[in-house]
Amino acid sequence: MLISMNWIGDFVDLSGLDLEALIHRFTLSTAEVEDVYHMGEDLRDVVAGKILSVENHPNSKKLHLLKVDGGDKIYDVVCGAPNVREGLIVPFVKEGGMVAGQEITCAAIAGYESHGMCCSEKELGISDDHSGLMELPEDTPVGRDICELYAIKDTVFEVDNKSLTNRPDLWGHYGIAREFAALSGRELKPLETVSLEAFDQLEPIQIDVKDQELCYRYTGLKVRNIQKKVSPVDMRIRLFYCGSRAINLLADLTNYLMLEMGQPMHAFDCAKVDQIEVKRFEAPFQFTTLDGQERQVDENTLMICSKGEPVAIAGIMGGLDSEIEDDTDSLLLESANFDAVSVRKSSTRLGLRTDASMRYEKTLDPEMTVPAIGRFLKLLLDIDPGAQVISRLTDVYCKRYPAVSLEFDKAYVDRYTGIEIANDRILETLHALGFGASYDGELFHVDVPSWRSTKDVTIKADIIEEITRIYGYDNFQITTTHSALYPEKRSPGNKTDNFAKDILVQRFHLHEVHSYIWFDAKKCKDLGLALEENVKLLSPQSPDLETLRTNMGPTLLSFVNENKSFAPDFGLFEIGRVCEGVKEDGLCNERKKLGLALYSRTRSEKELYLELLEILTALGRDIKRAQFTFRNVEPRHGWQHPRNTASVSFDGQELGWLCALHPAVAAKLDKKASVVCAQLDMDAFAALTAADIAYREPSRFPGIDIDLSLVMPQGLTYAQLTPAWEDLDQDTLTGVTLIDSFQQNGMKSITLRFAFSSGERTLSKEEVQPWVDAIVEKVGKVGAVLRS
Amino acid sequence: MKETIEALRQRFESELREAQNSDAVEKLRVAYLGKKGSVTELLKGLKSVAGDQKKEMGQLINQLKRQVEEGVARQVEAIRAAEEERQIASAEQYDVTLPVNQSEGSYHPITLVQRQLEEIFSSMGFTIEDYKEIVTDYECFEAVNIPKHHPARDMQDTYYLSNGQLLKTHTSAAQNAIMKKYGAPLRAVFPGRCFRNEATDACHENTFFQMEGLMIDKNISISNLIYFMKTMLSQVFERDITVRLRPGFFPFVEPGFELDISCLICGGEGCPSCKNSGWLELCPCGMIHPNVLKMGGIDPEEYTGFAFGLGLTRLAMMKYGIKDIRDLNSGSLKALSQFKHE
Repeated sequence: MLISMNWIGDFVDLSGLDLEALIHRFTLSTAEVEDVYHMGEDLRDVVAGKILSVENHPNSKKLHLLKVDGGDKIYDVVCGAPNVREGLIVPFVKEGGMVAGQEITCAAIAGYESHGMCCSEKELGISDDHSGLMELPEDTPVGRDICELYAIKDTVFEVDNKSLTNRPDLWGHYGIAREFAALSGRELKPLETVSLEAFDQLEPIQIDVKDQELCYRYTGLKVRNIQKKVSPVDMRIRLFYCGSRAINLLADLTNYLMLEMGQPMHAFDCAKVDQIEVKRFEAPFQFTTLDGQERQVDENTLMICSKGEPVAIAGIMGGLDSEIEDDTDSLLLESANFDAVSVRKSSTRLGLRTDASMRYEKTLDPEMTVPAIGRFLKLLLDIDPGAQVISRLTDVYCKRYPAVSLEFDKAYVDRYTGIEIANDRILETLHALGFGASYDGELFHVDVPSWRSTKDVTIKADIIEEITRIYGYDNFQITTTHSALYPEKRSPGNKTDNFAKDILVQRFHLHEVHSYIWFDAKKCKDLGLALEENVKLLSPQSPDLETLRTNMGPTLLSFVNENKSFAPDFGLFEIGRVCEGVKEDGLCNERKKLGLALYSRTRSEKELYLELLEILTALGRDIKRAQFTFRNVEPRHGWQHPRNTASVSFDGQELGWLCALHPAVAAKLDKKASVVCAQLDMDAFAALTAADIAYREPSRFPGIDIDLSLVMPQGLTYAQLTPAWEDLDQDTLTGVTLIDSFQQNGMKSITLRFAFSSGERTLSKEEVQPWVDAIVEKVGKVGAVLRS
Repeated sequence: MKETIEALRQRFESELREAQNSDAVEKLRVAYLGKKGSVTELLKGLKSVAGDQKKEMGQLINQLKRQVEEGVARQVEAIRAAEEERQIASAEQYDVTLPVNQSEGSYHPITLVQRQLEEIFSSMGFTIEDYKEIVTDYECFEAVNIPKHHPARDMQDTYYLSNGQLLKTHTSAAQNAIMKKYGAPLRAVFPGRCFRNEATDACHENTFFQMEGLMIDKNISISNLIYFMKTMLSQVFERDITVRLRPGFFPFVEPGFELDISCLICGGEGCPSCKNSGWLELCPCGMIHPNVLKMGGIDPEEYTGFAFGLGLTRLAMMKYGIKDIRDLNSGSLKALSQFKHE
């Protein structure tokens, strides 16, 4: 929103103050100022010039040769404007002067010298009218500087609208002026209005508010015999500086009023609208708004009607048919208050956001409707004293906001602020902002003004804000908190995540990625991954992105696919969220998962699969001292390998899975590379209690290693062999490691190294032989034999 | 006999000089000190020496023997040393400038920034909490004082789900649960991923990270909040940071602030980065709204507190000069593999 400091000056005398500094203060105490513009600074030596004579230019059909009286002398000027005529007084830039930041020098135009320039309003920067020269009144003193004649020089600043969302009172200059009054310590002048009681004996307007839920207040007045059509220049300049376009006097006045008081107004042509109904329609219908657009209006939208016909969308925009036209001489003035939420929702549905709707959706003060009419009338009569009020002020006040009064003691202020602000200062600030405030020696009693109590100030903490923002946060003495000592409690989830990331990055050289919580249907399709049913987003960016992911696999496989050119070997991981369907209570079963994927063009799928086992084992052992167990299972997802999919468990609890890819998916992804992936439930994993370190006295005697090479059928797993040495305790058999594993003649061949040790003596080969023999015998029973 | 001994010594000295490898030295040793060696023979011949000379000759022969032994030992050592020298001289000198195997993993930049912050907050006694991404309307809006018809709840801003839940739009969605879990006094930060229903471009993402913090105790004041933010941010940016507060409206705080820091590039002089204002808008903060405390089970008459939100995604982009926000969720290793350990 654009604010004119000239306009502010109508309400608070800021003379002698540094405006820039004050505007900066406004940013720190009220709302963010985005830009400051100095209007009229780029004008120099622009005066009221009188055209004394007009001759056709011999070399041009469009140009004229003028003699212009600049007050000091007569200037020869070449001018191309269509409305030049003898006797006309226009803004005139003398040779050496400046408009729009450009110096006007003596120049030959089509062979004739021009010693100055006559200007349009656009050239002066006071409107976008460039149709011809600006025509000044006949009685304008010739030679007078244009900036003395009109309020062209102004400081205008732009406030970030977002920083005003909670301040309905700041959507007009008067509210902003109140802030400047409080910030500068100067007085806020009352708004000059016309007393409306004088019209009480006139006929009321027929106003029927049928929808009292959505219309808080509807106030109207009829005026006729309005003869003036064009707004005064200064008024048009203010409108233009504040981003509005001058149309005609009545339309301009409603806009001016809105920019001044923040109260949107609507002027109906009284010849077309002379009574009012406020209601919603039962069925959708077509309605043409005054911008000429035909719009579909639904049954939730509050409408202003006259004799059953809709004439305006309440709080948003008037209809084309009842619009004020240039020949309108009587009007029905609407000054109303509508439900903020309803206006916002209607405006969103219609895709029509206007200056009026923007204000209504901030929850305007309904107390404002009557003074706004008084003010409108004052402005109108000042401009057109012949205008005549022909109705009494008709006011239907359906819904009031409760008055807000608050009480608190000084200790409350001290505790909240942490600094000492004197009682007098507190009262002064509140008074300056229009609050009723008193202190009875014990308590502050505060009455919140109506323009702040619609939603903004309702509790005593809100009063703290008023006091402190005007006090200035940069004037605060800052101090540390004094808090009792207690140990920090870190959630196990966070700790486990960080630990896992370190292991994966530092030890296994994987790369961490982030992705989205939804499946990308298109990417899944490209890889031949069937999309699984799950909870959906109601309004996704695209229909391809509507299903929440059930697991981490597809996301990571897509990333693998997109990174094939990155390196011949790489691994990815993400700790992210998935939704495993909906629980009994209807809520999503959200789980935090670690997803892992390995890709290689140099290593076999089996090598990758074993590395994945190693990674998962390392996570379990390093973070929780837990020995994970792996077991082949049926695939859970269509893209997993039917034979090489395994579960990851600890202590009977399943924590995740690992898998190779179904050949169909593997072929789509990369025929020349191997890809494997895994998922671990981090919520369940983090919840495991890490086992204590079981310390064993180290043996002082060297142990002995025995390698056994076993040949066994394909189906036999290592897990089926382990019972063969289960009866040997950990002090005797200190470890079993895999030395080698390969396929030969349809059989599986593995070499295992058994490390034996004794706490009492050095073991000889003969001593361990019986244990070895027992192992060989037992594994023999499940089908593994010593390789010869 | 004296002459014989002397001659033998001289011959030994000269032969020793000739013996340039360990075999030759060993041969020499045998030739002099072996069973049939010259010195051994001399000793044997001592029996036939006349009694008065026996003692003197004996001493001379033994002296020679010692000299031979020492000479041999000296020569063995010299040869070994020469051999070692030769080995060293001929050893390959490794090229330390060769490129080494750089196989290395990487952390996501958000992880790196998050950890830095976690460390700072941890050092100040803040609990680090983890929270869900799929939340209820109550958690995300109602419990943080966002009224029923607030624009933030609109479909165009929020991802609502088919089961009635939604993807959290801000980390504040965790405030209520954390207050209920720990009660007051409380110091906690909670990083998390948030979602806004908006089209993505270089500056906008629908999925991004925030870190929110709360401090609740008796007598926590605005003065404390400013002090804390200044201290904490100075730590984050590793330099003395000037902060300024402006009024800002957020339903879950009262008063609420927009916090600006002096521009990191120009130090407050004004530059293109800060649009010549000298300030960067960094994070929202404020005194926790009494309604929010109440809904979190904390008595607002007894306790006050402050809350602040840091944009982890924005901090990471500032810190590493990442210009396109979409790189973060792209999964592109060309971009992401650059973020090694701090």
